[in-house]
Amino acid sequence: MTTTPKPHWRPHPTRRLILQGATSVALLGLGNLPFAPARAAANDKYPEEAFRQKSEADAIKALYGKAAEPSDKVKLDAPEIAENGGVVPISVTTTLDKVTSISFFVAENPSALAASYRIPDGTIPAVANRLKMARTTKLTAIVEADGKLYSATKEVKVTVGGCGG
Amino acid sequence: MASSIRVRATSTGDITEVQTLIQHPMDTGLVKDSKGELIPAHFIQQLKFECNGKDVFVADWGTAVSKDPYVKFSFKGAKKGDELKISWTDNKGGSDTTTAKIA
Repeated sequence: MTTTPKPHWRPHPTRRLILQGATSVALLGLGNLPFAPARAAANDKYPEEAFRQKSEADAIKALYGKAAEPSDKVKLDAPEIAENGGVVPISVTTTLDKVTSISFFVAENPSALAASYRIPDGTIPAVANRLKMARTTKLTAIVEADGKLYSATKEVKVTVGGCGG
Repeated sequence: MASSIRVRATSTGDITEVQTLIQHPMDTGLVKDSKGELIPAHFIQQLKFECNGKDVFVADWGTAVSKDPYVKFSFKGAKKGDELKISWTDNKGGSDTTTAKIA
C-alpha cells in the first residue's frame, strides 16, 4: 500500500524574492522625435533640438544640416591638459570672410553641442568662453562662413572631469 | 538686487571689445547634491548683446558652459559713450538685463 505523500509545503514565493533593482534608475531617454531636421543657425530661435543630441555628428546635423570640412583658417585655442574639466578656457578666431556663426562641440560630453554663437555683420569672428568637459575629449569648433562650414579640432586631456558632484 | 551681469566694454578705434561675466549656477541636471538627489538642470539658454538697436552678438548655450559663464567678443560700428544692452534668459524662465556704457 502506498501512502500519498503530503503536498510539500513551499514557502511563499515573495519571501524568497530579493528586492533587486528596486531602485531602477529612470534614465530620461528624452526620446528624440525624428522631426525638425535641418535648421539654419541663423534662425533667431534657441536650437533646442541640436542641444539634445548626444553625438557630435547628430548635433552638427541638427544645428546646421550639413557637414564641415577641416580648415587651417579656423584657429582653435584650448589647453592641452585641463586640470579642471569644469572650467576649460576655449577660444576661436578665424580669417574667413562672411562668418555668420561659431559653434563648439565637446565630443565626450553627454550632449555634444556646448555653445553656438551668432555673428551678425560688423561683429568680429572670434569668441572666447569657458566650457565643461566630462573627460578627455575631442573638441571641435565650427565656423559657418558664406553658407559653408569649416572646422578645427583639438584633443584636450582632462584630469578631473567637469561632471562630478 | 545687484545685477547678475558684469560687463566691460572698451572701444579702441572702430572696435569695441566686450567681456562679460554672469553669475549663474549652470546646473547640468546630471549632478547629485550631498543627499544624493539630482540637482535639476538650470542653465542660461540665450544671451543677447544689442547696440544702437541692433543685435551684435547672440549666444545659445547648453549645459556644457561653465558655471558663472564668461564670454568675450568684439564688434565694429560703436563709439565711446554708446550703450550696450545685455540680456539673458534661462531654461526655468529666469532672466536679467543690464546696460553698459562703452568706455
